[in-house]
Amino acid sequence: MSGLTLVFSIFFYIAIDIFIIGMLLKVWKYVSTPAPLKIPQTPAPKTAAGVGVRMFKDVVFFRSLFRGNKRIWLGGYLFHLALLIVFMKHLRFFLPATPAIIDDLVDIDIYTGFVVVGALAFLFILRLAVDRHFFISVFNDYMLLVFIIAIGTTGLLSRFWEGGGVRSDIPYIKEFVGGLFTFHPGTVPENPLFLTHFSLVMLFLMYFPFSKMVHAVAIFFSPTRNQIDNSREKRWGPWMVKGKRYGQVTPPAAASVLVKDEPTDA
Amino acid sequence: MAEQAAEKTEFDIVAEAHPNKDFKAPELTGEIATPRVEDGMIVKGVTDAIKPHIAKEAIQEKLDFPGTLVDNWDEAVIRRLGELLERYKSLQVYLDTCVRCGSCTDKCQFYLGTNDPNNMPVARAELLRKVYKRYFTTEGKIFRKLAGAEKLDINLLSDWYAYFHQCSQCRRCSVFCPYGIDTAEISMAAREIMDCIGIGQKYVNEILGKVHDIGNNLGMNPKALAATLESTEEDLEEETGQKIRLPLDEEGAEVLMITPSADFFASPHVESLLGYAKVFHQAGISWTFSSKASEAGNFGMFIGNYTQLEKVASRVRDAIDDIRPKRLIVGECGHAWRVAYSFWNTLIGPFDTLDPNYPAPQHICEFTLDLVERGAIKLDKAANDEFTVTFHDSCNVARGSCMGDRPGGQFTIPRELIKASCNRFVDMEKGTIMEETFCCGGGGGLLTDEILQVRIQGAMPRMQALSRVMESDGVNFMALICAICKAQFTKILPKYGVPMSVAGGVHQLVGRAIDLGAKA
Ligand code: HEM
Ligand code: SF4
Ligand code: SF4
Ligand code: SF4
Repeated sequence: MSGLTLVFSIFFYIAIDIFIIGMLLKVWKYVSTPAPLKIPQTPAPKTAAGVGVRMFKDVVFFRSLFRGNKRIWLGGYLFHLALLIVFMKHLRFFLPATPAIIDDLVDIDIYTGFVVVGALAFLFILRLAVDRHFFISVFNDYMLLVFIIAIGTTGLLSRFWEGGGVRSDIPYIKEFVGGLFTFHPGTVPENPLFLTHFSLVMLFLMYFPFSKMVHAVAIFFSPTRNQIDNSREKRWGPWMVKGKRYGQVTPPAAASVLVKDEPTDA
Repeated sequence: MAEQAAEKTEFDIVAEAHPNKDFKAPELTGEIATPRVEDGMIVKGVTDAIKPHIAKEAIQEKLDFPGTLVDNWDEAVIRRLGELLERYKSLQVYLDTCVRCGSCTDKCQFYLGTNDPNNMPVARAELLRKVYKRYFTTEGKIFRKLAGAEKLDINLLSDWYAYFHQCSQCRRCSVFCPYGIDTAEISMAAREIMDCIGIGQKYVNEILGKVHDIGNNLGMNPKALAATLESTEEDLEEETGQKIRLPLDEEGAEVLMITPSADFFASPHVESLLGYAKVFHQAGISWTFSSKASEAGNFGMFIGNYTQLEKVASRVRDAIDDIRPKRLIVGECGHAWRVAYSFWNTLIGPFDTLDPNYPAPQHICEFTLDLVERGAIKLDKAANDEFTVTFHDSCNVARGSCMGDRPGGQFTIPRELIKASCNRFVDMEKGTIMEETFCCGGGGGLLTDEILQVRIQGAMPRMQALSRVMESDGVNFMALICAICKAQFTKILPKYGVPMSVAGGVHQLVGRAIDLGAKA
């Protein structure tokens, strides 16, 4: 195993571990934190199946965003849809045999990479051009967009730029990446373009659980969206904190807040 | 020495306010324009000095909060925020999730009305999220300002006090957020934290104290309440020639009626009270108010404090135990209905002593419409022929509760009832009603005069939509089902040059139309 292979293998495992453990911890936090009151944003469904439909519309069509702002919806939706297709196409590189439906995607995926980058650029421009979006954006919002644009661009270059030499290395890439998943990494191709693309993705994964990227799972835990509107029919709670009912945990009175560690100079 | 005395304390910085009593309402054009974030406002907001009065020590301590700003308030804020994060999934998820997409930025009536970019829902939430990021997230600890994380300081706290009291917790922003982020939850948490470090809001906390001491928001003791009801009964007899009762504390009554205390004498609230009484009278159903639970409102929700929420609600539990009614009905009040419909079962349920054939609690509109549909009472629409009516969906009812057994009943049931009471009804423009309704501008504990400017500005979108139907359809009555809406509009309408009499209750219309003659 070459030194380079070792470095990138370790990089991969660290990134994946941070991603998986980080996301599991997040999900655990969301699962374990109580929602002590019924707060569905009404009109809300009265059945679990109805909530499923509501959630489906929001996750699959970004319905609420569509109601709120058509422009952001267009950019955001195109981006996510294209990203999903790109992601599925990537399974080619991880899986030993490619399922037929993924192969069929080949035909459209010629464009999806451009859609990803184009839609992100559109979102970036919106942040700069619309006064309200500009006001609320912070540096990391731009950075994230640039970051994913960079991932997309290196991906597109890998595919369409002969000089990059990634296309001809694909069998080795498959062997390396597929091997990572089976804990027998092959030799990493010494292709700078590929290594850049790969590294950016690993960095992105490591950033994911600690940033707004958790929106991908958090949406499922949003009480205004996932609660059933049946508070009269079915009693919700009551909820406990440290063995006491919520209402009995009194607010900290002045005394308990004022406890200071440092001695006062009397 | 003199210099020292002039130095501002931290408390002064938070408390410093410049209420603008002479603020002029914008003109009514019928258009709701989205303001531009002006360059000058990016640095500092324009309404950051418009703040409600801070509660005095005695008021705070009655609610078990520290009396004034505690010394180590910054540590206390972080500690309390940490506790709330463990207790509220909404807070935890919503502080993490926002991608700052911008969808909510033009949805809040307070941004539309004040032009202050800090009143954009996401910007408001970001005031708290900054601190969350800085102290609770890895991203914020590493990237600091770049991630939008910020250290808590007295100026930020001062902004909290201003802007979390320019949010009526109406949940309009949540409708348009891809993740349903509810800024109301965030502003409740922020107010709870501020209460816990000793800077509560005077208007809300004073009222909570009154509820504990006396039993209702208006501080009306049982004797005064009984006297008011009696004299109102006399007025009713004079008006109708019939003995229509307004019973108080009558054990064994079929219905226990919980209504906002403003209904007992404020105008136009009392007109709806007369409406309720006539409905019960005509339907022949025995009912009673309770002096113990002479308040439907629950300001505990506004300050996000679970203990207060539960404590205020528990008065209703006590009243049920005393009076042993079969049914529980709630009068016209927006946030009260949200608390009753969505929270009561959790806080003071189960209601297993009540008749299971009826929903518990039931909204007065559900109750009355059912009687109308069954023919148990008759309404003469012509009695309201002088009115062309529109309906303001109270935000708490629209987005935080339901009526009937189908989603959206909170929109159809009051409208059906209005249509059964009058001949001419028109809805305001789509996008300003039902799920997308604008708040009246006075909800969520904002109904206090030192922030009148913000109330006038927050009412702007509703006023524009109203002026449009007044112009096009001759609307001269806006029916309401919220005590706060009624109080807010009677104050705000004249500021916009609209007669006060345009605001009224749904049961005001019912009360005028009800046929008191032939009993079914
Ligand atoms: C569960 C379903 C998901 C929903 C409903 C959702 C929704 C959204 C929305 C509405 C935005 C805002 C667009 C904007 O910034 O204007 C966004 C941004 C983003 N999403 Fe998702 N998303 C989902 C899953 C994912 C997944 C699985 C990924 C990546 C692997 C992802 C990656 C991103 C990225 C990178 C952004 C940032 C774009 C920006 O900053 O503007 N999303 N998402
Ligand atoms: S709509 Fe939701 S995600 Fe978008 S900026 Fe507003 S709160 Fe954040
Ligand atoms: S809850 Fe209502 S008032 Fe508060 S930020 Fe959202 S839209 Fe504005
Ligand atoms: S007063 Fe009326 S419109 Fe305003 S917050 Fe309450 S229910 Fe909403």
